[in-house]
Amino acid sequence: MELTFWTYEGPPHVGAIRVVTSMTGVHMVLHAPQGDTYADLLFTMIERNGARPPVTYTTFQARDLGGDTAGLVIQTLRDATERFKPKILVVGDSCTAELLQDQPGSLAEGTDLSVPVIPLELTAYSRKENWGASETLYHLVRGLLSSQAPAPGWTRPEPPKDRRPRVNLLGPSTLGFRCRDDVEEITRLLDSVGVDVLVTAPAGASPEDLLRIPHADANVCLYPEVGGATCTWLQRTFKQPTIKTVPIGVGATLDFLREIAAVTGVDVEHAIDEAQSRLPWYSKSVDSTYLTAKRVFVFGDATHAIAAARVARDELGFDVVGLGTYSRELARDVRAAAETHGVEPLISDNYLEIESKIAELQPELVLGTQMERHIAKRLGIACAVISTPSHVQDYPARYSPQMGFEGANVLFDTWVHPLMMGLEEHLLTMFREDFEFNDGAKPSHLGAHAGKKQSTETAAAADMGGQPTPTSPDGLAWEVEAEHELKKIPFFVRGKARRNTEKYALERGMQQISVETLYEAKAHFGR
Amino acid sequence: MSHQANPAEVALPIPGCSDSPVNQERGQRAVFCGLTSIIWLHRKIQDAFFLVVGSRTCAHLIQSAAGVMIFAEPRFATAVLQDRDLAGMADCNEELDRVVDQVVQRRPDIRTLFLVGSCPSEVIKLDLANAAQRLSERYAGRVRIAEYSGSGIETTFTQGEDNCLKGLVATLPKAPAENRSLLIVGSLPDIVEDQFLRLFEQLGIGPVHFFPARKSDGLPAVGPGTAFLLAQPYLGETARALLKRGAHALSAPFPLGAEGTHDWLRAAADAWEIAPDQFEAAVAAPLARAERAVARQREALDGKRISFLPDSQLEIPLARFLHRECGMQLVEIGTPYLDQQLSAAELALLPDGPRLTEGQDLDVQLDRVRNDRPDLTVCGLGIANPLEAEGLRTKWSIELMFTPIHGFDQAGDLAELFVRPLNRQSRLRF
Repeated sequence: MELTFWTYEGPPHVGAIRVVTSMTGVHMVLHAPQGDTYADLLFTMIERNGARPPVTYTTFQARDLGGDTAGLVIQTLRDATERFKPKILVVGDSCTAELLQDQPGSLAEGTDLSVPVIPLELTAYSRKENWGASETLYHLVRGLLSSQAPAPGWTRPEPPKDRRPRVNLLGPSTLGFRCRDDVEEITRLLDSVGVDVLVTAPAGASPEDLLRIPHADANVCLYPEVGGATCTWLQRTFKQPTIKTVPIGVGATLDFLREIAAVTGVDVEHAIDEAQSRLPWYSKSVDSTYLTAKRVFVFGDATHAIAAARVARDELGFDVVGLGTYSRELARDVRAAAETHGVEPLISDNYLEIESKIAELQPELVLGTQMERHIAKRLGIACAVISTPSHVQDYPARYSPQMGFEGANVLFDTWVHPLMMGLEEHLLTMFREDFEFNDGAKPSHLGAHAGKKQSTETAAAADMGGQPTPTSPDGLAWEVEAEHELKKIPFFVRGKARRNTEKYALERGMQQISVETLYEAKAHFGR
Repeated sequence: MSHQANPAEVALPIPGCSDSPVNQERGQRAVFCGLTSIIWLHRKIQDAFFLVVGSRTCAHLIQSAAGVMIFAEPRFATAVLQDRDLAGMADCNEELDRVVDQVVQRRPDIRTLFLVGSCPSEVIKLDLANAAQRLSERYAGRVRIAEYSGSGIETTFTQGEDNCLKGLVATLPKAPAENRSLLIVGSLPDIVEDQFLRLFEQLGIGPVHFFPARKSDGLPAVGPGTAFLLAQPYLGETARALLKRGAHALSAPFPLGAEGTHDWLRAAADAWEIAPDQFEAAVAAPLARAERAVARQREALDGKRISFLPDSQLEIPLARFLHRECGMQLVEIGTPYLDQQLSAAELALLPDGPRLTEGQDLDVQLDRVRNDRPDLTVCGLGIANPLEAEGLRTKWSIELMFTPIHGFDQAGDLAELFVRPLNRQSRLRF
């Protein structure tokens, strides 16, 4: 058993529902108890889908357990097929049904349903949502295409010269992060270099579309969490190369174009020269100087975390002080990326562990999921959301991709904005102790009758004549003047200054911290 | 359903029985399971922790339904069963002890820890009663360990609270027979409890206790002198457990709307033998206030047609309120489970005509909604936007669980919850 307060991913069957909900002409029968239908609200509330997911649940109850739950599955399969007339029926079970061992997939295959069946085994007690999505896409593609598979040893012929190169975009799905806009952005980018998109899947694809997948020259693995296993199978079976660069950030988008060129033979140099992103100039402009070496902690699914760390370092000039993921399936990639940033990778889906890491590192910006947004809010640190798990505000009405050149613009705005807000808050805090603009002072345009009691507190403190007040759990005492000096340090680095000073004093066996100690520590740690 | 109590066993002494025909439906259901009630129970019982023994699905459900409350470290969590627990590689009892220990270490402030059974723990027959007893001994004097089932195979949504309270009834102290008291049963927001307390005080009814109490050490004593009034309609099992403890039930409609609240308070006043004119004098002012507040909303609702999809078991009292006080026409009243005895006083107030449906066959029911095209459909979160996309106005039923709606001073707010979607519709031009 594992104690779980909040979870980054849902169970595998939620991943399966994401894939069938992304597509058209596909229906799913899920053997699950009543209550599991909560999954509907993820789609209709968080992503604001205007239709229920195409899923029929068996919703068995205690009274069914003594009887014939297999019979209930067969009845549900028949009813759902009759009512929804899908082109493909996906059949699986959730955690509780898995324990009943009714094997709904086999039941479906053994029932005359007049519709092709894709059975799924979702292993709810060892796997999670993204794996479930990946597995479902893989089984759908494989189930539809394996009869077309060429003999082993087949080599893919050169694509005809009389048409533009074409690729498939694999991995975008409902409840993914900004998939809708990424697909539009990348489709436009590819078009600009003379490459067509043949099939995008699962988002918007029909079973007929999946049948056309092998007719493309290559597959773009846009979201490895969902599309990776399918791309690997297609590469092995249909010898379709996989384009692996995830085009998030200016650098990665340029690399993506170069990879497209290498695989399809199109010329991208002109497009690279013409690259239209405002991020590089915005980052160079002098007002961005204050972004230099901001300490940033990055956490999310592997795809977005790796990409964000690269953009943070190379395109915004931040220091990446932590990098991690909850995607255990792609942990190896995150470990490799962490090495390039010189940080310890944090591979965990225990949000308490991530929270304590953030508290320990005291970054100035957190790039994470909705979970980290809440952690950062509690700790008073600026944060931008870069990955699922997401919330309703992560499905904005406006065009807001993460990928491609426009995506880079979006990253600049959404990451810099919270830092800007933090700066404003700092100014407010600073002026709170200002002789002129303090809390007690009325705004000057409202008259001149304020600001009388502003300095009594300061005076009282001075009267205490620097008596030390014990404030540290280590028994260290901060002198009043030192405390006052500390308060003059911007709030977002104050915690760090306090800890550094105390560490410095402890290491030297000091009992009291004076203003001198504060500045000696500052010099010692160089910050 | 295990919730169907045998009426011969313990009969609730509630007079009258409506003869409204009830359509029983079986098929796909779209209701939350009983685990969802943890979301309001943990806020009500301020020193309790709810540990679901279940799967990642359970954790994901509560998190998805609770959504915004992520800002604080929650007083609920899930002990997620893993492959090794199921394969027998790990002893589930030892694992549970370890997880409970983690929770108690982390949260020394908690006084009651509920082990909450789920669908998977029920199916593998994990004995949580036994575990609760074992752990109670270990933490004796520090944390009380209780257990109940919130599993979807046994409970829907609000029935989780029923199971939780039913389990707690056994632990209530015994009150001597001569100690007369009134027990209000069912979670209510603190502000509503305080309003009721003031009214009971003015009426000279007391002592009054609320169950569940806000703190674990505030559990009310119960005995033959205890009269109880249900504040919520979904507490059949708890009511029967209280009867077994010698308490007696007062029959009334539920305190929703001016009329419901008036009749509900009257049931207590009658039991305390308070003269009718004295009672009416005491409630006159708040009753008039409630009627005024409802009247302001009535115009928007009068004559409008409404359907309820099954969800919280509040459907029948809400339908009664919306029909009798707001003039709405009832098309269909769906409820996940209809306790004829507990609902007798409510059913007697319903008009003839609306379809009364117990249970659910979702797609068939949605076909009826599309066919009826009511002005407003009360339904769960998963269905609201799809119906809106079809041009039907909806009210999320879960909001009725998180908003103070009981009592005189909330009657206007309750009506306004149903006015809002219609108001919105009338404002939007595109």
